[in-house]
Amino acid sequence: MESLLEKIKAGVLWDFPGGVHPPQRKKLSNQTEISLLPLAEHYWVPVKQHIGAVNHILVASGDKVKKGQALTAFNDKMSVPVHAPTSGTIGKIEPHVSAHPSGIPALSIQIIADGLDEWCEISPKIHFRTLPKSDVIGFIQAAGVAGLGGAAFPTHVKQTPNQPCEILLINGVECEPYITSDDRVMREHADEVIHGIEVLAYILEPKLVVIAIEDNKPEAINAMEAACAGKANFVVRVLPTKYPAGGEKQIIQVITNMEVPKGKISADIGVVSQNVGTVYAIYKAIYLGEPLIDRVVTVTGENIETAGNYRLPIGTPIAHVLNHVKHDNQHNERVIMGGPMMGFTVLNKQVPVTKITNCLLIPTQQELPDAPPEQACIRCGECADACPASLLPQQLYWHSKAKEHDKAQAYNLFDCIECGACAFVCPSDIPLVQYYRQTKAEIREANEEKIKAEKAKERFETRNARLERDKQERLDKHKRSAELRKQSLNTDQSAQDKIAAAMARAKAKKAQKNSTNDITKTDQNAEPNTLENTTLENSAVEKNAVESNISQSNSPIKNKAQEAIARAKAKREAKLNNNASTEEQNTTAPPSHKVESDLDHSPNEPVEADPIKSKAQAAIARAKAKREAKLKNADATATNSQKASASDSASQKEAEPKPENQRAATLTHDSTIDSNNDEIASTVSPIKLKAQAAIARAKAKKAAKLAEESKPAAHSSAESDKTTLEPKTAADQTDEQVDEHLQTSTTNEPTEISEAMYQTELEIDPIKSKAQAAIARAKAKRQQKMAEQASVTQPENAKAEANIQFDAEAKSRAKAAIERAKARRDQANQLAHGGETGSSSITNTTTASSLDSESGNSEDENANQVKAAKVKAALAKAKAKRQKS
Amino acid sequence: MSFKLASSPHTRKNNKTAFVMLTVMSACIPGILTQAYFFGFGVFIQLAICMSVALFTEYACLKWRNKPIKRSLTDNSALLTGLLLAVSIPPLAPWWIGAIGTLFAIALVKQAYGGLGQNIFNPAMAAYVLLLVSFPLSMTSWLPASSLMVIDLNFYDTLSTILTGYTSQGYSLEQLRSGIDGLTMATPLDAIKTNLLAGYTYNETLSLPIFDNGIGKGWFYVSLAYLVGGLYLLKKRIIKWQIPVSFIGTLGFLTLVTQAVNADGTGSMLLHLTSGATCFAAFFILTDPVSAATTNKGRLIYGALIGFLVFIIRQFGGYPDAVAFAVLLANMTVPLIDYYTQPKVFGHGDK
Ligand code: SF4
Ligand code: SF4
Repeated sequence: MESLLEKIKAGVLWDFPGGVHPPQRKKLSNQTEISLLPLAEHYWVPVKQHIGAVNHILVASGDKVKKGQALTAFNDKMSVPVHAPTSGTIGKIEPHVSAHPSGIPALSIQIIADGLDEWCEISPKIHFRTLPKSDVIGFIQAAGVAGLGGAAFPTHVKQTPNQPCEILLINGVECEPYITSDDRVMREHADEVIHGIEVLAYILEPKLVVIAIEDNKPEAINAMEAACAGKANFVVRVLPTKYPAGGEKQIIQVITNMEVPKGKISADIGVVSQNVGTVYAIYKAIYLGEPLIDRVVTVTGENIETAGNYRLPIGTPIAHVLNHVKHDNQHNERVIMGGPMMGFTVLNKQVPVTKITNCLLIPTQQELPDAPPEQACIRCGECADACPASLLPQQLYWHSKAKEHDKAQAYNLFDCIECGACAFVCPSDIPLVQYYRQTKAEIREANEEKIKAEKAKERFETRNARLERDKQERLDKHKRSAELRKQSLNTDQSAQDKIAAAMARAKAKKAQKNSTNDITKTDQNAEPNTLENTTLENSAVEKNAVESNISQSNSPIKNKAQEAIARAKAKREAKLNNNASTEEQNTTAPPSHKVESDLDHSPNEPVEADPIKSKAQAAIARAKAKREAKLKNADATATNSQKASASDSASQKEAEPKPENQRAATLTHDSTIDSNNDEIASTVSPIKLKAQAAIARAKAKKAAKLAEESKPAAHSSAESDKTTLEPKTAADQTDEQVDEHLQTSTTNEPTEISEAMYQTELEIDPIKSKAQAAIARAKAKRQQKMAEQASVTQPENAKAEANIQFDAEAKSRAKAAIERAKARRDQANQLAHGGETGSSSITNTTTASSLDSESGNSEDENANQVKAAKVKAALAKAKAKRQKS
Repeated sequence: MSFKLASSPHTRKNNKTAFVMLTVMSACIPGILTQAYFFGFGVFIQLAICMSVALFTEYACLKWRNKPIKRSLTDNSALLTGLLLAVSIPPLAPWWIGAIGTLFAIALVKQAYGGLGQNIFNPAMAAYVLLLVSFPLSMTSWLPASSLMVIDLNFYDTLSTILTGYTSQGYSLEQLRSGIDGLTMATPLDAIKTNLLAGYTYNETLSLPIFDNGIGKGWFYVSLAYLVGGLYLLKKRIIKWQIPVSFIGTLGFLTLVTQAVNADGTGSMLLHLTSGATCFAAFFILTDPVSAATTNKGRLIYGALIGFLVFIIRQFGGYPDAVAFAVLLANMTVPLIDYYTQPKVFGHGDK
């Protein structure tokens, strides 16, 4: 290193490979002094003008700001704030067309200038040498200084290298044609630049400061040499003009003969480089206390008559610049931000000047003609000779064009600095750089994609593993319960049970025919049933228990699982209950006498169903809804009246321990239900607590179901009442009852619909929710129909009442007969259709629900779910139709 | 209002492909003129035939391949191929020699591979080899330098010979080729090869009238003229120095060594370098960018390889001149050369 420093001091220069000599055209703009433009009406300051993190905005629309006031915070190491370029009011804070080749809108802050241009309080730090270095670095960061050369690399970051700094390289090369801003700064502010360098030197303590300037700027060279006269370790190095000598890597190579290794930064080899403009900004930040709110911009091109350098506040829209420089308005169809080699065309006039805008080039067509159409590559190798990175642009082009990304990378595409030298020399006018940019973007995208895919794969694998585990567990439990079952079968007289079940079914059919009579009895025997109410209360209490139980399980996944279990259980139970109760009713033939009490508590239902916004309830609600859907099936198998008694028996059964239910199911149902059973049993079994909770839940649900069941029961009793009582002209009584029913049904209806909706909302799976919505609709329809029936009955009853004093007895009788006939026909219909379709749909639902519970466990078995949903939807539709008929 | 958008760089060097080709062609002018001076108008007629066939073939191929015609036709590459072939064939060769050669060069060697930039072989040289193999007699019927000719040829005679095989006076090509000493004239390399094979020593051969002061009459000046053109191209940075230098250097070195070892059995270095196609090839054939190596190191290897092959074939092979074969052989090695001579990329350390 020492010898290198000696060599540098002795004036040895090296060279970098390649390079080109585009026409300089610097004379256009470097003849006049840096001047100012009038204030613009408003400025658009992009929030993020540096490489690094996005900042937090400190101001809000309508705030008053002073010139130099910070607009954004800088919380992390890699960020710098932006400041108000003038005093005024904050206008919009929104995405604004950006100084980027794509013009993609970037979040910007609009400042409406008040014309006063009032500074905020500023504090110069002339005696920075008395301050700790970290503080000085902090000041530089707070002043928003970012590399003004090109990449807007936060300057303060460069000042904290890991390696001791040997050489501080001040880049005054300015190799791009046309641009003269650094040139003018060095000519006019040489001393200030030196001061800025001194600040950096204080922080970095370099062994040598090299100021590199191309030999096409003799005035700047003179000025700088004069300014650093007498400073021992400051040298001005004059470089031969060659593009892109000003590239950081190239300049380091020319000055030190060192290459910045791939993947490293210059600081790693002991060189810190800073652009002249940046150094000037540092001077202003430390010596004047002014943050970076303006910069010198070369406005040039043959279209501009008053080409020159202007000190433009950051955020100045290009339109404002164009309004104040003399130019040919007709031909400014192109504005290039930056130089002709690496600059980019901006989208429109609203693009603001940013910290990295060193030049606005508005050329004429003759001056910089549009690129002619691309021709075939003739492998001339010109590009390779021009490339400063010693790449083979031709091969890169070849592979880029063929989209052979790996090969392009093998030819080191990512070492391309996009200097444009290759495209400049290409005799076939191939836009090489454009190809590289595109390929680079594609490769980056592909890499991101790859990372994403890998993550997805990981997720997928863990999920698969989980599913596998679950399945295994399920199988184990299945096996266990199967063994249990075998045992119980061995001990029990299972065969007898089965026979009994078969007989029960046979009887059930017979019983259907007698049910009307039963109902009549029921009404006559009507008496308030306290037992029922207490069970209801109990069930409510239990439900609460369930709720708390579910809400206690803190993990959301658990919650979901429980929900799923709850759903599954609910479905199964619904089915179970229907069947079991039907059976039991038939086998044990209990006296059905609780219709009235059922009626009594049915208005409670809405209260119960009140939406409490807990997931647990959502689950319950869903479960209920589903169960109800199943109930409709039950309706189909049994007549209404039967159901009334069925529910009664179910309610009686409620006090019974759960396992019996399970057994009943086991006995009466096929393996699908078995597996369901087992599954749920198994999920319940492991921990006693859980088991209890599950039982509690099941009970709660049953109770809830009961409550709901009572509604249809009530309706049915109403119907039967009507048919049986009317002939006896017990009009008042009937009216009362009908009224009540009507109330019940009407009050229930909206609640249920809303419940259904609520549940639909809560449903995670859209398909499922659709199916449920369908069910809900079906339900709603059915209830509506019932309500209608009821209301039809009412006016008729009223009429009957009115006529009863007169000769209407005959009439009412006739009507009653008609009603009866109707009712019978209805019943017959229901029996005929429902008996069949209903039973078949029960099996369907069985599968559906089993599928459903499966899918509840394995949420991604979409196919199953879809199937289940479809089956359900079909069912719902079938039901709806049936009920209409 | 939106501005026009374009990709950087916005400025370009003004050497377009068409311009490059044109410059190469113009650099051939001194050579062509010298050739015409020594060997008659035939070269002009051959140029006319080859270049027009080249253009026509290119047009037909582009049309058939549905490619943009104007852009490709105006890149001058077909014209250049025609030119290079025309100056390589004997001035009085029948017209169909040039026509067939050019057709082959453009349609099969260039367009069949995908057009400009895609061909593996140098079209002119491939065509030359095809003609040499197919029509050896016509392709070796070089005239003696005009000063040695018995019969003077005017332009009309030349044209008629090329088109019909006879001059207006009815002389055949064979008769025209008879030198003043009554011997059939050949190129110097030809003569040396024949004589050496016949048992004469090199120095004895040099006393033949075709040689003037130890260098082939006419050929020497033609070579010089092409050298001038080549230097012009170098100066204009149209071609790179690596290939000509390594080619001439290798050939020169090898002939120098053999000359020192066996002065009687081989032509002098000077003769080798100034006879036949050496100079012409060094600057105009080998430097065809499409079929040459593209890396700098690769170019050196490429040039040296051709030099070596030329020497071997001239020395030991059956053909008097070998540049065309050597070029084609070297063309085949280009992908390999390119692959193994990639420059060290910036920041990648020493490889
Ligand atoms: S743009 Fe890339 S490939 Fe082209 S010369 Fe510059 S660094 Fe080389
Ligand atoms: S400069 Fe253009 S034509 Fe020449 S090799 Fe490179 S890409 Fe091909």
